[in-house]
Amino acid sequence: MSASIETLVNREYPYGFVTDIESDTIPRGLDEDVVRLISAKKGEPDFLLDWRLKAYRRWLTMTEPHWANVKYPPIDYQNVIYYSAPKSVNSLGSLAEVDPELLRTYERLGISLNEQKRISGVAVDAIFDSVSVGTTMKAELGKLGIIFCSFGEAVREHPELVEKYLGTVVPHSDNFFAALNAAVFSDGSFCYVPKGVTCPMELSTYFRINSESTGQFERTLIIADEGAYVSYLEGCTAPRRDTNQLHAAVVELVALDNATVKYSTVQNWYAGDSEGKGGIFNFVTKRGKAAGVNSKISWTQVETGSAITWKYPSVILQGDNSTGEFYSVAVVNNHQQADTGTKMIHIGKNTKSTIISKGISAGQGNNSYRGRVKVLPKAEHARNYTQCDSMLIGNRCGAHTFPYIEVQNDTATLEHEASTSKIGEDQIFYCKQRGLNAEHAISLIVSGFCKEVFQNLPMEFALEAQQLLGITLEGSVG
Amino acid sequence: MALLEIHDLHASVDGTEILRGVSLAVNQGEIHAVMGPNGSGKSTLAQVLAGHPAYDVTEGTVQYDGEDLLAMDPEERAQKGLFLAFQYPVEIPGVTNAYFLRAAYNEIRKARGLDEIDPMEFHDLMERRLALVDMEPAMLSRSVNAGFSGGEKKRNEILQMAVLEPRLAILDETDSGLDIDALRVVAHGVNSLKRPDNATIVVTHYQRLLNYIIPDAVHVLVQGRIARSGGKDLALELEARGYDWLTADASAYSAP
Repeated sequence: MSASIETLVNREYPYGFVTDIESDTIPRGLDEDVVRLISAKKGEPDFLLDWRLKAYRRWLTMTEPHWANVKYPPIDYQNVIYYSAPKSVNSLGSLAEVDPELLRTYERLGISLNEQKRISGVAVDAIFDSVSVGTTMKAELGKLGIIFCSFGEAVREHPELVEKYLGTVVPHSDNFFAALNAAVFSDGSFCYVPKGVTCPMELSTYFRINSESTGQFERTLIIADEGAYVSYLEGCTAPRRDTNQLHAAVVELVALDNATVKYSTVQNWYAGDSEGKGGIFNFVTKRGKAAGVNSKISWTQVETGSAITWKYPSVILQGDNSTGEFYSVAVVNNHQQADTGTKMIHIGKNTKSTIISKGISAGQGNNSYRGRVKVLPKAEHARNYTQCDSMLIGNRCGAHTFPYIEVQNDTATLEHEASTSKIGEDQIFYCKQRGLNAEHAISLIVSGFCKEVFQNLPMEFALEAQQLLGITLEGSVG
Repeated sequence: MALLEIHDLHASVDGTEILRGVSLAVNQGEIHAVMGPNGSGKSTLAQVLAGHPAYDVTEGTVQYDGEDLLAMDPEERAQKGLFLAFQYPVEIPGVTNAYFLRAAYNEIRKARGLDEIDPMEFHDLMERRLALVDMEPAMLSRSVNAGFSGGEKKRNEILQMAVLEPRLAILDETDSGLDIDALRVVAHGVNSLKRPDNATIVVTHYQRLLNYIIPDAVHVLVQGRIARSGGKDLALELEARGYDWLTADASAYSAP
């Protein structure tokens, strides 16, 4: 391994800084009182508290799932802080009132919440630990009837919409982590696009975990009413810490007749150091319901961070002629472990799903694709195409594929393709011989490998993802 | 001063010595052919000059344009104008030929303190170069070598060479597996790129490529050493007599 590559391996995670800010933090641990306390802090209506309690009681009866191909020490759920909010956010007024320290934090992360300096064409909701610190572009969106705000605000301002859709895609009892989230979720983003409206800009949420020992349990709910279209982006970072932090989020998407929801994630949580110490445990439930006829849900994810990733963005294809898509790039380096994939549940007639998964493993990383395609009896002429490619860099990493297929209707057409390749010394040498350095060579080879996924990301994001991938893999070939 | 001066070069792979004292000088404006039987070390010589990490140089020196070539990283060698046309060009799926070539072209420009050129400008340059190797512009939007036929891969190497305009080009068995038409195209490319200030080393097993590319010198590599050097007639002699007579010489020579 050359000296320059060595330096790059040891390069620090650029978002690992901690913001020094006074927080309103509740004591560690979880019981019914904590659930009530969180709900009270947010001034929630009864239906929501009841729902939380129902989830909490259900959670007590559940056990943590261990079927994923990941290994980690037991999580002590009583040693986690379930609510932490910067004190200065309490006013929840306009962005002008946001603590400058928080604004600076987001500036450092490359997210400007300043209305004058914001990236044009993108509206941002910034979540810091347990609460939203501000949402940009609300007025412009409001003119079209689009609601884009923090979850907490949605509960206060639009309780009827929250009550109508909350838990309709990921029920409170769905799985261990989803039930935990339902009990203790503190904030998240909410979006509703009314009938026939095409959202003119990208909506985005930027998640930041700051406080130590704090779990982040946010919940995002996006609804595209009949004929509506929305494209949504999610980004995440966390400080580098020696202890693991828990992130158990839930995202629910609903697309009614002829509506489309496109959801893109670039996940860059702190992954732990090169020895595997620290990092985020990312146990996330993401699911969309293509509820209406001709509706479409499309997931695109670039997973580069976290010590553990457990995540299966899925689509329930309920409406006739509905479409589900999953485009994924998951990268593991050092000691990272990812078990990620999707579920496509075909219920309606002529439903169509596409799965393109690209797994890249480097260092001692372990990458598993886990996917389920299920065609129910009434899903006449359902179609699925799955392509699952793995790339190995070095000889201490692993790639695994676990596809599950269940077909209960004879008219279904399913295709599955899989490949495994290795970035060889020869490929890198070829690029070097043409004048590219190792770093450039790897990023070129990897972005070629991920092309079909990157094509589905919004422009600004595609570039960021490509660079991020380069950084994650720097130095992985010696 | 010679553009390339190899002195007593020894190189091994996994502990086995392949090059056992190669000395060779190539001047600007010259084309040299390196011939030899299978396993004589021809491709190793090409790879070592390009800096392939699988080979260890154990002894000897290589001066390139007055600098110590062996001290440079492979990319630095490339940026300084050394080009290797690979015997087995590597596939890079998902990366278009045009993108790859522009990245390479710009890296080389950057290393020389020149500005990068934009895609439009580059496109014009490519159009001119494509004609040289008789390739369709559609080739540019295909992934680098992925799904290319053997002949297309070799022509693609010559296209890259035509675009990057090296000072020293090394063609590693570019003729192997080519039909006669493709061979002519490759030779035409090499001949058109010949300039007074550059040089080419053609590594080949067969004489036939040298019907189209006329070398200034021919060297025969046998068991890791240059067993004989001569003019273009040496290639014809090898064609007629084979390599056996030199192999026998070399064994005798290397006996203690």
